[in-house]
Amino acid sequence: MSESTSTLREPAPGPTGDGEPFLDVRDLRVHFPTDDGLVKSVDGLSFHVHRGKTLGIVGESGSGKSVTSMSVMGLHKQGTANISGQILVDGTDVVGSSPEIVRKMRGKRMAMIFQDPLSAMHPYYTVGNQIIEAYRIHNDVSKDRARQHAIEMLDRVGIPEPHQRVDSYPHQYSGGRRQRAMIAMALSCDPELLIADEPTTALDVTVQAQILDLIRDLQKEFHSAVIIITHDLGVVAELADDILVMYAGRSVEYGTADQIFNEPEHPYTWGLLGSMPRFDRVRSERLLPIPGSPPSLINVPKGCAFNPRCRFADLNGDLSTTERPELVDAGHNHLVACHLPPAKRRELWRDEIQPKL
Amino acid sequence: MITYIIRRLVAAIVLLFVVSAITFSIFYLVPRLAGATPESLATRYVGRAADVETVELTAERLGFYDPIWVQYGNWAKGVVVGTTYDMGAQDVECPAPCLGYSFITRQAVFPELMDRAPVTFALAIGASILWLITGVSIGVLSALKRGSFFDRFAMIFALAGVSMPIFWTGLMALAFFSYKFNITAPGGSYTPFTQNPAAWAYDLLLPWITLSLLFSAQYARLTRAGMLETMNEDYVRTARAKGLVEKRVVVKHGLRGALTPIVTIFGLDFGLLIGGAVLTERVFSLNGLGNYAVQGIFANDLPKILGVTLLAAVFVVMANLIVDILYAVVDPRVRTR
Amino acid sequence: MRNTRWRALGALAAVAALTLSACGGGDSGDGDGGDSGSSATPEFNAALSEVYNPSDKKGGIIKAAHSSDWDTLDPGETYYGFSWNFARLYGRSLLMFKAAPGDASNELVPDLAEDLGEPSDGGKTWTYKIREGVKYEDGTEVTAADVKYAVLRSTDKKTFPNGPAYFEQFLDLPKGWESVYKTPDLDTDQAIETPDDYTIVFHLKQPFAGFDYLAQLTQTMPIPQDKDSGAEYRNEIVSTGPYKFQDLQPGKGFKLVRNDQWDQSTDPNRKALPDGWDVQLNVNADDIDQRLQTGDLQVDLAGTGVQPAAMSQVLSDPAKKANVDNPTIARLWYTSINPTVKPFDNIDCRKAVMYAMDHKSYQTAYGGEFAGGDLATTILPPQIPGYEKFDLFQAGETGDLDKAKQALADCGQPDGFETAMAFRSDRPKEEATAEAFQQALDRVGIKVELKGYPAATYFSENCGLPPFVVKNNLGLCTNGWGADWNDGFGFLSQIVDSRVIRETGGSSNTSVRIPEVDKMLDAAVLELDDAKREADWAEIDKRVMEEAVVYPGVYAKSVLVRGQDLTNVFVNDSFGMYDYMSMGVQ
Repeated sequence: MSESTSTLREPAPGPTGDGEPFLDVRDLRVHFPTDDGLVKSVDGLSFHVHRGKTLGIVGESGSGKSVTSMSVMGLHKQGTANISGQILVDGTDVVGSSPEIVRKMRGKRMAMIFQDPLSAMHPYYTVGNQIIEAYRIHNDVSKDRARQHAIEMLDRVGIPEPHQRVDSYPHQYSGGRRQRAMIAMALSCDPELLIADEPTTALDVTVQAQILDLIRDLQKEFHSAVIIITHDLGVVAELADDILVMYAGRSVEYGTADQIFNEPEHPYTWGLLGSMPRFDRVRSERLLPIPGSPPSLINVPKGCAFNPRCRFADLNGDLSTTERPELVDAGHNHLVACHLPPAKRRELWRDEIQPKL
Repeated sequence: MITYIIRRLVAAIVLLFVVSAITFSIFYLVPRLAGATPESLATRYVGRAADVETVELTAERLGFYDPIWVQYGNWAKGVVVGTTYDMGAQDVECPAPCLGYSFITRQAVFPELMDRAPVTFALAIGASILWLITGVSIGVLSALKRGSFFDRFAMIFALAGVSMPIFWTGLMALAFFSYKFNITAPGGSYTPFTQNPAAWAYDLLLPWITLSLLFSAQYARLTRAGMLETMNEDYVRTARAKGLVEKRVVVKHGLRGALTPIVTIFGLDFGLLIGGAVLTERVFSLNGLGNYAVQGIFANDLPKILGVTLLAAVFVVMANLIVDILYAVVDPRVRTR
Repeated sequence: MRNTRWRALGALAAVAALTLSACGGGDSGDGDGGDSGSSATPEFNAALSEVYNPSDKKGGIIKAAHSSDWDTLDPGETYYGFSWNFARLYGRSLLMFKAAPGDASNELVPDLAEDLGEPSDGGKTWTYKIREGVKYEDGTEVTAADVKYAVLRSTDKKTFPNGPAYFEQFLDLPKGWESVYKTPDLDTDQAIETPDDYTIVFHLKQPFAGFDYLAQLTQTMPIPQDKDSGAEYRNEIVSTGPYKFQDLQPGKGFKLVRNDQWDQSTDPNRKALPDGWDVQLNVNADDIDQRLQTGDLQVDLAGTGVQPAAMSQVLSDPAKKANVDNPTIARLWYTSINPTVKPFDNIDCRKAVMYAMDHKSYQTAYGGEFAGGDLATTILPPQIPGYEKFDLFQAGETGDLDKAKQALADCGQPDGFETAMAFRSDRPKEEATAEAFQQALDRVGIKVELKGYPAATYFSENCGLPPFVVKNNLGLCTNGWGADWNDGFGFLSQIVDSRVIRETGGSSNTSVRIPEVDKMLDAAVLELDDAKREADWAEIDKRVMEEAVVYPGVYAKSVLVRGQDLTNVFVNDSFGMYDYMSMGVQ
């Protein structure tokens, strides 16, 4: 499709999948020059997703998750962000392509579900109108045909009485239905890549589960590649095939969901797990929040960016404060960026962390 | 929606009633409280050399000896059912709505207002179309190219436009375009639209441009601020994520969102303008409502002032009503709330 | 997108152009006559004492504008100088002031009448012969009965409250007389007789030597009874002059076109040069000045001169100044010193003001030598026949503080006192005058508090309302007066006769209450000998000045722009502006 397609490329190291991934992000760097200095929102990130698979990107706010998704969609305004690296969507490099090519890909090849459906949908247009618009950008069909399609989509995402609801405005929907409508809009052009940016954060807990179920069902149906971006490991626990843990614009741990939940090796991942409410077992102690706050992206701490908040940083001498740990394979395509020796990490997990969860 | 409009209309009528009572009091009661006598009020309507008898006669004829509420009642009655004025030589019928009768120019106020309203309407409509087009497009471009040379230039222009008084720009425009280069009509030119639309537009061109200069500057700033806000809204990002072309993102999603405050301000501006674009009409010697009001004030011709005030109030109230209705049209959230 | 950008650039270019033209405003359209073929050389004051650009050439339309509404075009009610000047284009009164530059215009000449009035019965009866062959625009001949009807009609103050009231004051109207509309069958011969179609006889209640002045009022312009529509007649005037009305739109304007029924042979006064007049009303005053200078307009009808904005422009640029005339007009700007307010009940305290005031600052307040006028020491301005030059107080141009202090001591207020001064707050010149008084009088310890009132109520509710004056301690009131016509009676009667002061307000006279002066006025009115009567006016002037109840400020002048392309232009002293009846256009 595009000249940037490489036939000889080798996927970046990572967990699941055989053959060519649908999305292949390599060494992505997104830097924003501001008056205060250079904000390195994403600084050397690589990951990939195959069709039919789900990747969860997890991290606190400000870790670069959303900037990553916006980069994949090609939504950063020209001139405001310095983007380097490659974002190969089915072989086409989003970073290097013209805005017009990327625009045509948006909505059709890759679509996005946003966090707050109330603000993400235009308050002045009906839900149907907005789905129809999305559909007709990429499909040369009559309005009636598009409207029919919109009603089908609403039906598919579980909106009752879609014939009537299609003419309602976003504010007339409940929160959960609004998100369903948003999903309908995103899926209206049958995209091969779906990015869900905190799709459930603004919703009630009970509704959250329904939406996640919906995404899972639809993924099976559409066989698309899905990225779920969240700060909540619980959201991706049952949905994701692979999980990428981000901290300060970089990947600190990247593995299968099984690896991340059952044998996590990065202290930050432990922290995330510790602060995740679990309903599947009786909890012995209080939640274990991660101390401190996310680092500034202008002055990222030297060495391991996580060192000021890491209980185990002093186990490495001064290594954690001087040298940035690389993301290396700890076995079975389980990538971890930590100075602690792998054996030590597993020991700490087994003896200190896991029992407390 | 219909009941809403009816309710608003009733409220508007009550409001107009109150406005008229207050205005009436300001012009007829306040001077009395300040020490004016019926005779001294009447001296405004007689010549320099009038004798006591003439003054008393006039005071009596104008009803200045009656209590203020009787005077107001008579006036209000005239508005509703019409009245008759004794003009000495003959009785003059003033049919409803009789907003009064000018004893200085010997004209009933209402027909005069109706005669002049088209001029003001023509001025206001033409100018507002101009300023909406220029103001909004300059504002949109400025917002999209924020910080660019165009943006800075446009905002300096906007500041200048807002700061320059219209009686100055108007006179300068006349001097330059009408008298030096003869490309626009001289002051005081007006041809009714029904007579010759081309001449009508030609005559009003300079007043339109001058008036719109002031407003387009305001609207450019307003639009720019609104666009800067809406272009950062999540729904604009959504529109882009759908793959919409940028022009459509800007116009259909961005501008549409930024338009609400503009519609509001526009409604009020337009209402006020219809009530009398005083300075513009004065500068260009257009015989509209604003100029009529000024003439009334200079001549201290109370029925005229009262008439224009009330008509202006009608327009402002109507503009408010229309804005509220437009608001519902523009923003569905208001409609169904 | 591109369109918008161009539009924006266009607007910006317009702004830039405006700025440029504002800076270089001096070089546009100085109008030196150029290619118009005129032989006259423009010169400052060229139309004051002689006719500028004399011509007998007919044709052309004179374009004129007025910055406000006409009071009324009805000759029976109009009461403005410019309107009386203009009315001669469409109406013929019995007499008129001679259409000539300089002093000559003070002379009365017959117009509709064949000669000046013939007094009899010691000035109690006045007889006029009317010209034969004078016709209305519809071809009907004008008769004495029409003049009688017009005069009687004007006495109806219920229908015409704004008009001059001289006729009802002097005519011996029968008891029960109300108006031509309400009492049409009442025999009015005791007031006006018309023994035949060409003779009209006025009978007065008392002798009045100056009746000829009343005969020149527009109220004697004939009106056909069957065409009279009362208050509406102002929009349906039937002409007797060389022009008649066309397209009259109240408040907006009208045209004058030639009246083919007017016969030059019956009219020794009018040349009727232009083919017509095009008059716009309610035109922005600053725009009028601008158009006068560019030649887009020839006449500013108000005749009071240019606005402050244009003043310095036309006076500082020699090319423009050459098109300016600076006549002194029969108007006095003065300040009333009210003896009803303590301590001005004491003449010495009044004199202290006369001495202490800085006269020059009065002139400055009014705009200086050209725009303001000449320093006045009398009540009568120089144009009024009978004017005598004198200066009773001899306080010099900036005041005499020693004399002022002496006067204060004589008054028993050696350290000064406090008083208030009223002015019309919407008149910046009067405000400046009040400030000048405040500063000048402060030099001798008289503290003046300034109080502004709206012009609209100034005489009816403030300075002209005697109880208000006393209550608010208004010792001083700025004032001004122009005569209805250039005659001692016309000038003095409304401002020095104590009997015009009304306790209910509305009089221009606020301070002159001298019984002796009232008697002198009554005597002068009876004097049929012009020279003796004129001497009487000067005596009255002196007598009032002795009482120190009036501080004369300046004899007003105006700065008139002579319209380009006008021919036969001159300032008619009796109106203090260009003579509209005589001018033509190239």
